[in-house]
Amino acid sequence: MVQAIWARGKDSTLKMKQPLSSSISPELLLKMYVTMVKIRKFEERVADLVISKEIVTPTHLYIGEEAVATGVCSTLKKQDYVFSTHRSHGHYLAKGGDLKALMAELYCKKTGCSRGKGGSMHVASPEMGLPGSSAIVGGTIPIAVGAALAFSMQNSDAISAAFFGDGAAHEGVFYESLNFASLKKLPVIFVCENNLYCTHLSVVDTLADTNIYKKAEAFAMPGVRIDGNDISEVYETAKRAVENARQSRGPTLIEAMTYRWRGHVGPYDDLDKGLRSKEELDCWMQRCPVRKLEKHLLKQGATSQLEINQIHKTISEEIEKAVEFARESPYPDENDLLHDVHK
Amino acid sequence: MQGKAPTRMKTTFSTMCTNEDYEEHEVNFMRKINFAQAINETLCQLIDKNNHVFLIGQGVTSPWYVGSTTVGLIQRFGSKRVIDTPTSENAVTGVALGAALARMHPILCFPRMDFMYYAMDQIANHIANWHYMFGGQLNTPVTLWAIINRGGEQAAQHSQAIQAIFTHIPGLKVVAPSTPYDAKGLLVTCVEEDNPVVYIDDRWLYQYEGEVPEELYSVPIGKGVVRHKGEDVTVVATSYMVHEAIKAAEQLEKEKIKTEVVDLRSLKPLDENLLLTSVKKTGRLVIADGGWKTCGITAEISARIAENDIFKSIKAPIIRVSLPDTPAPASSSLEKVYYPNAKKIMLAVKRVLEM
Ligand SMILES: Cc1ncc(C[n+]2csc(CCOP(=O)(O)OP(=O)(O)O)c2C)c(N)n1
Ligand SMILES: [Mg+2]
Repeated sequence: MVQAIWARGKDSTLKMKQPLSSSISPELLLKMYVTMVKIRKFEERVADLVISKEIVTPTHLYIGEEAVATGVCSTLKKQDYVFSTHRSHGHYLAKGGDLKALMAELYCKKTGCSRGKGGSMHVASPEMGLPGSSAIVGGTIPIAVGAALAFSMQNSDAISAAFFGDGAAHEGVFYESLNFASLKKLPVIFVCENNLYCTHLSVVDTLADTNIYKKAEAFAMPGVRIDGNDISEVYETAKRAVENARQSRGPTLIEAMTYRWRGHVGPYDDLDKGLRSKEELDCWMQRCPVRKLEKHLLKQGATSQLEINQIHKTISEEIEKAVEFARESPYPDENDLLHDVHK
Repeated sequence: MQGKAPTRMKTTFSTMCTNEDYEEHEVNFMRKINFAQAINETLCQLIDKNNHVFLIGQGVTSPWYVGSTTVGLIQRFGSKRVIDTPTSENAVTGVALGAALARMHPILCFPRMDFMYYAMDQIANHIANWHYMFGGQLNTPVTLWAIINRGGEQAAQHSQAIQAIFTHIPGLKVVAPSTPYDAKGLLVTCVEEDNPVVYIDDRWLYQYEGEVPEELYSVPIGKGVVRHKGEDVTVVATSYMVHEAIKAAEQLEKEKIKTEVVDLRSLKPLDENLLLTSVKKTGRLVIADGGWKTCGITAEISARIAENDIFKSIKAPIIRVSLPDTPAPASSSLEKVYYPNAKKIMLAVKRVLEM
């Protein structure tokens, strides 16, 4: 019943309540903290802008899951590819995508990272190694495998990472991709963000065995379940997986347990829809990945409250500048409609 | 289960699943409900009256995924007859086929047409071919309920209207109701059919109200209907575009242009008779469909005219109002020009009259 307990957020055997312990350098931890705060604050601002109807494109917020994208992407180089999903903002920012261009994309402006044609679910930053995100569940998993195939053909040491939700583990393409990647020992890591829900349904209503990491075993590759709200666990695990991939030792499946604080789509927590309990949400909010890291940094003396305040202030200013930039940017021109169908 | 002809009647609303808005009372005019309510009521009645009918698909118990079309069904029929599924479109579509071969009639819901691409192998290779491939011995009565859900900056993977992909495939019938009355009647017919039928609805239709008898009745597949009479130009329209065409026709009437609006209702088989009769009368044709232009529904209808003898008596080239051949953009500034509407139909009608 571990999975059911996970779903209720009450399992004390899974180190969720333990404070962060880490051998990662304080500098790197601080850097990751900055990224996580950036994602958090960005998403909170987006939520407000959706409520005020300035942003219309359907937004799937990443609040509560920041440690996963941040931890994984911190182990990657610029040359490495990551592929994202409908819940894309965190992956984009963690991989180093330009914040202004992301905000502008949410306004569907011409200056957006997809030129206003993709919206929230289709962001890309080719220059930073994010060649796209798909709103089809599971859609990018084989694409990440394909990039890994190319890297191996090119004798490059680049690797690729596929981010996807627990919902993607319903799709056949997930299993086919695991098999092919493992069979060919491709340099790819599969990062399943198990936030316990696929739209309105809980994992226990959709998966016969909710231990997604165990699917790896069937394809002769390593699979691990980790606390996705613990940045150090995410980082250390991803680092080993990335190392394996770079050394041509094949793929790894990482199942990062986490939780989205807002509803499936949009700014609200959706508690009124009766799909999850306030108790459950509260429980996960107490396990805030950002606060957990912040506490750790303060305790270790790696930072001061003053510095943290400064970080928050700087990021807020950056976000406000991005909002201004997005507001002032032009919409795509009518003529743009017919452009970019082909090269 | 044979439906009676629609008549004005005394009716109560007791079988409605969403009956908050309706008190049980008698009326002697036909009641009006909206398109989504018509689907909801029909699903409810079909599942209730037929032990072999069940609803399956990702999102059918969701409070928002399929609008309000499935509200109350899970509470009423339970999870054996109303099956919400994992996001496994390919497998679940095969599951529906298997159930059909074992004498059930699944109504398989796709909350967006875009997600049907994962199911295309089962739809095109299996469901559509099965009857023919075994010499007509086996029937595959599956209703593939395909929902168009676009607009609101949802972009290329959450906006598609791919009806023409299904009309292309032998073995499938395709219907696309535009009124609450037809939404009910055609859904009933789908379930009466021993063939697979793609039942297309468009969420832009959900708020449209119309008269709908409470009891079950069927609307025949392959029969269109004239929604607005006129002698100058024929506008053949499908699904949501019927309403845009009627709007255009009403506007044009003020300018003394008499437009005949033909609602096809079925995309395959097509009501060629109705189409030819109207075009013969007007000699001018505008075709309005919410899908892409190339090889789309509008292309097929044009070809039917071009192949027929009446082509000789046509007074002007045909004009097609459809999506341009581009994916759906996110930005509302582009959505505005992307989607066809009444204004575009009006312009087309005027142009076809000038030619
Ligand atoms: C093929 C397909 N089917 C259905 C959907 C509708 N849909 C959009 S997001 C989503 C939930 C995905 O859940 P999960 O993979 O767990 O990601 P999360 O939203 O929890 O991050 C679904 C079912 C879709 N986008 N694509
Ligand atoms: Mg999920």
